[in-house]
Amino acid sequence: MRARRVFRVGERALLVELASGTETEAFHAELLRRRAHGALPAVREIVPAARTVLLDGVDAPDLLAGQLREWTIPPLLARVERAIDVPVRYDGPDLAEVAALWGVSVETAVRIHSAAEFRVAFCGFAPGFGYLTGLAEQYQVPRRTTPRTAVPAGSVALAGPYTGVYPRSSPGGWQLIGSTDAVLWDTSREPAALLTPGARVRFVVESR
Amino acid sequence: MTDRAVAVVRAGALTTVQDLGRTGHAHLGVPRSGALDPGAARLVNRLVGNPEGAAVLETTVDGCAVRPRCAVTVAVGGAPCSVTVDGRPAAWGTAVRVGPGALLEVGAAVRGLRSYVGFGGGVAVDPVLGSRSTDLLSGLGPAPLAVGVVLPLGEEPSARGAVDSPPWPGPPDELVLRVRLGPRDDWFTGAALQTLATRAYRVSSSSNRIGLRTEGPPLERAVPGELPSEGMVLGAVQVPPDGRPVVFLADHPATGGYPVIAVVREGDLAAAAQAVPGTAVRFVPVR
Repeated sequence: MRARRVFRVGERALLVELASGTETEAFHAELLRRRAHGALPAVREIVPAARTVLLDGVDAPDLLAGQLREWTIPPLLARVERAIDVPVRYDGPDLAEVAALWGVSVETAVRIHSAAEFRVAFCGFAPGFGYLTGLAEQYQVPRRTTPRTAVPAGSVALAGPYTGVYPRSSPGGWQLIGSTDAVLWDTSREPAALLTPGARVRFVVESR
Repeated sequence: MTDRAVAVVRAGALTTVQDLGRTGHAHLGVPRSGALDPGAARLVNRLVGNPEGAAVLETTVDGCAVRPRCAVTVAVGGAPCSVTVDGRPAAWGTAVRVGPGALLEVGAAVRGLRSYVGFGGGVAVDPVLGSRSTDLLSGLGPAPLAVGVVLPLGEEPSARGAVDSPPWPGPPDELVLRVRLGPRDDWFTGAALQTLATRAYRVSSSSNRIGLRTEGPPLERAVPGELPSEGMVLGAVQVPPDGRPVVFLADHPATGGYPVIAVVREGDLAAAAQAVPGTAVRFVPVR
C-alpha cells in the first residue's frame, strides 16, 4: 500500500493525499472521530474530496503533518446509524441510455441503483451537492458530451463512479436517471445539507 | 421615522453586503465569502463603534448611494473615493453623522477598486449559515444591491470607536504576491516555476470576487491529464488549461480540479482585491 502523502498548502493548511477513494473516506472518518474525541488540534475546515482531505485553518501545520503521516487508520466500518432514504422516481431522460451502457433493461437498472448502499464521499460543485459512492465499478458512466444548461432541482444523476442529486436547478453534465422531492439544501436546517460527507444513503423507488 | 434602515438609491456596478465570511461549511460545498479587503471592513466598523465582524457594504469601481431612514453614523474606507451627504463633501476614512432622509453618496474609487461603507449597528439582514455575506458563486446571502432595496440596520452602538486617524495603505502600483509553492507545483515544468517566479503578469479585467485572473506567460504542465477535484484554500493559485494563473479570492469554490501551483499569503490578498485591471503582478516564492 502506498503511503499517504501530506502537502503543505500555504501558511495554514495541509492536503492529505490517499491511494484510493476508500482510503480517503476511511481517513476522513478517522479525522472526524478524533475531532469528536478532542484528539485533533483546532482545524477550521475539514474538506474531503475524491482522493484527498484538506485541513484548513491549522495553527501548527508542520507539527500536525508529521502526526498525520504516522496515524494508523482503521478500515471503514459499516456504520451503525440508519441510512438516509431518498425517495426517487426513476424517470430521468438519460435512464434508458444508462441502462444501455450497463447492458441491462431499464427495470434492471432501476433495481441495481435502488439496491445499492451509498455513502457520501464528499460535497462540492454547489452547496449540498454530494458525491455518493456505492455502485460497483462496472456501472461507471461517462458525463454527457454536451452538458445541459439547466438541470432541474432534485434530479438524481450519475457520472463516473458517483451518484449525485442536484440541490437546485443549475447547468450540469451528469446523466439524469430520476428525480426526488427530498429537500437537499435548506439553510434554516442544521446541517443545511441533507447529504453530508460520511452519511449512508439509500435510493428508494417511489411509485407514481 | 424611527425605522432603522437604508434605502438604495444607486446600486453601482456591484455592491454587496459583506462581513468576515461564512467559515466552517466548506465540506458542504459552501464558499467562505466575506469582504475581499477584510482590513478595510474591520476598520470602517471600528470607526462607527461596531464589532469588527458587523456587515458592511462593499462597492466595486463606482461606489453607490443610499438614503438612511434614520440618523446613523457611517464611515467609508477601503478604496479612496469622494463622500458626500446631500451633495456636501464629507470625510472619507472617518466617522460621519448622516441625518434621516439625507443622501449619502459614495463616489467612484480614485485608487483601488472596492470601498467599504460601515453603518452604526451594521447591515442587519438575516444571516445565512452564520454570515450576512453575499456569495456570488453559490448565491447564498442577500442579492447584490439594486435600486429601491431597503436594508435593515442594527441598533447603533452607544460608544464610538477609539480610532481617529487610521493608517490606510493605498493600493500599490505593482501587486507583489508572496507565495508558498505547492501543493501541486510538481505538476508543472521547472521552466513554468521559473516563469511564475520571474515574469510579470497583469491583472485581467475578467477578475471578480471569485478570483483574480491574470494575463501573462502561460505556465506549462509537466503532468498532463486531470486532477481529481480537491479542497481549495483562499489565495490558491490555480492554473486552468490556458496556463494563466488565477488567485482564488473569497467567493472561490470549496473544491476544484485544476492544479494549484502555489498559495498566496493571506496578508497579501487585500492588495489583490484592490488591484485594478492592468496592474502589474509579480509572484514571489517565499518559504
